[in-house]
Amino acid sequence: MNQPTTTPRKSATFDDYALSEIRRAAATGIYDIRGGGAKRRVPHFDDLVFLGASISRYPLEGYRERCGTNVVLGSRFASKPIELKIPITIAGMSFGSLSATAKEALGRGASAVGTSTTTGDGGMTAEERTHSSLLVYQVLPSRYGMNPDDLRRADAIEIVVGQGAKPGGGGMLLGQKISERVADMRVLPVGIDQRSACRHPDWTGPDDLQIKIEELREITDWEKPIYVKVGASRPYYDTALAVKAGADVVVLDGMQGGTAATQEVFIENVGLPTLSAIRPAVQALIDLGLHRKVQLIVSGGVRNGADVAKALALGADVVSIGTAALVALGDNDPALEEEYAKLGTTPGAYDDWHEGRDPAGITTQDPELWKRLDPVKAGRRLANYLAVMTLEAQTIARACGKSHVHNLEPEDLVALTIEAAAMARVPLAGTEWIPGGGVL
Amino acid sequence: MTSGDRTHVVDLASTPLRQLNSALHRLRPDTNQTLWRIANPRGSHSVAVGVDAPITIEIDGHVGYYCAGMNKNATVVVNGNAGVGVAENIMSGTVHVKGDASQSAGATGCGGTLVIDGNASARCGISMKGVDIVVKGNVGHMSAFMAQAGTLAVLGDAGESLGDSIYEARLYVRGAVQGLGADCIEKPMTDHHKAKLARKLAAAGLAGAIDVSQFRRYGSARRLYHFHVDNVY
Repeated sequence: MNQPTTTPRKSATFDDYALSEIRRAAATGIYDIRGGGAKRRVPHFDDLVFLGASISRYPLEGYRERCGTNVVLGSRFASKPIELKIPITIAGMSFGSLSATAKEALGRGASAVGTSTTTGDGGMTAEERTHSSLLVYQVLPSRYGMNPDDLRRADAIEIVVGQGAKPGGGGMLLGQKISERVADMRVLPVGIDQRSACRHPDWTGPDDLQIKIEELREITDWEKPIYVKVGASRPYYDTALAVKAGADVVVLDGMQGGTAATQEVFIENVGLPTLSAIRPAVQALIDLGLHRKVQLIVSGGVRNGADVAKALALGADVVSIGTAALVALGDNDPALEEEYAKLGTTPGAYDDWHEGRDPAGITTQDPELWKRLDPVKAGRRLANYLAVMTLEAQTIARACGKSHVHNLEPEDLVALTIEAAAMARVPLAGTEWIPGGGVL
Repeated sequence: MTSGDRTHVVDLASTPLRQLNSALHRLRPDTNQTLWRIANPRGSHSVAVGVDAPITIEIDGHVGYYCAGMNKNATVVVNGNAGVGVAENIMSGTVHVKGDASQSAGATGCGGTLVIDGNASARCGISMKGVDIVVKGNVGHMSAFMAQAGTLAVLGDAGESLGDSIYEARLYVRGAVQGLGADCIEKPMTDHHKAKLARKLAAAGLAGAIDVSQFRRYGSARRLYHFHVDNVY
């Protein structure tokens, strides 16, 4: 007679993923590199809900009563601030990381709904300038493709200090994606594994940054809004220092924000969740008397209009999307399941963007794969998606009685978990308790 | 701002920097306002940045950060010392510093020529992308860090970690090198390289004045071009 035995039990600590990573590391001797942002579960916008109107709050009528969504960026110092029709913009993603057709599609989609796109670590392409009615030109540590003509062709300038996926880290673009065109734009040998610097080459610290911003303003005759982008790590002080240095706009990127390629250990273990970074940044602006005067763009894990509304309610002026925009174009589409399987992955999990074999034709420099992405149709999908997000945010704002999405406020929110309540500094649902007491 | 027969004189003691740079930006390629002299810079930052015209600008005194930043086509002469990032991201033209230069001289420069008569501090030629830099004195540590293309010629000595993480830029040093950075190695100085260096020095106004055989050449070992764990520093 067989003795009863216990069911085989796997460790919660050494789970299947951890075991597979140990085996992979032991076999290869090198860390894992991937694209995207943090995949681990962290407190996020899902952990907040809006209260909506009630006896003491008066709602606006469905889709009929006006609920504004426009936002002006750069009104602090720029003589030509830009106006977005919706509070959602497209984050910086490089040509090199993305195909030229993907960049064109992003421009087409964003322009159709009156918002901007952003260049990335590789310079400005003709495709994105032609198809983006509003284009933000990034000034990155590498300065790949940097030149004064493109600087003047841009509608705004974004100095990138860090990214949410890798605060303190530089970039990498592996040789598979360093095509002749990419290499030429970056002044690099074709096919090498390229490293983007993590430090700017000609300034160090906030005092230097102020002088750098002034130089860019002088070169562009004080016309362009100047953004400063930081990865979420010390959001109160980074925001304050960016403002002190003269930024018109602060871009704050949480750890769920994507990257083209970096170490998995970096993505998952460095930086703050987006939810926890917004209120300290907003507090810095309030303390300086510049909330809504220096605009705050928040990115990292924004997926739908509810996320947009929650970010705005916490004090952001605009949200920025990257990963979600790529999905709207066609990235990780289940229709490509067979092809993802050939790459050893599955739709929804594909993140080896650095390998350049994206069957959707988005994160690749393979001209044959490029052809798979129709920039007109993909741009249309992005425009639809952006319109839906905007409608959703308006729906929530009206339900809270707001005639503009910027009138949403923390008072409209409660949290479903203690962690989210502490990070977002809103009460735990059903209580008046904000854990942490609001201390920075 | 005053104009002599041919030279426009701008006194920064009385003229706002914005007014100067704005005037310089309005110049077209066929301008006849080709000679400019700037007095009393007094360490001002961003003097003559973003110029794109075939003109000559002479600055009498010391300048602060980013003088002649992103220069195109112009010749800028600094009769004094230059602060951080002189000629940063220069595209073309010539920038000549008669004194010493601070950190990051010629940073990310894409073309043109930068000549420094004195010494240059740390990170000279950092991330250079095609500019030719000639330093008649010494350069500080981490010079030519991640240098991608172009030439850095140093008539004096070089500090620690010269050419760290270098790509395809060419480095020539006549004096002592305190140390080479990651993936930077000494390479043979052939007649071909001597001839190239001689042309670069001539373009910097040193034709025939320097014995190029006294220089040693440095460049990339290219061990970091394809990332491998055995090559990690």
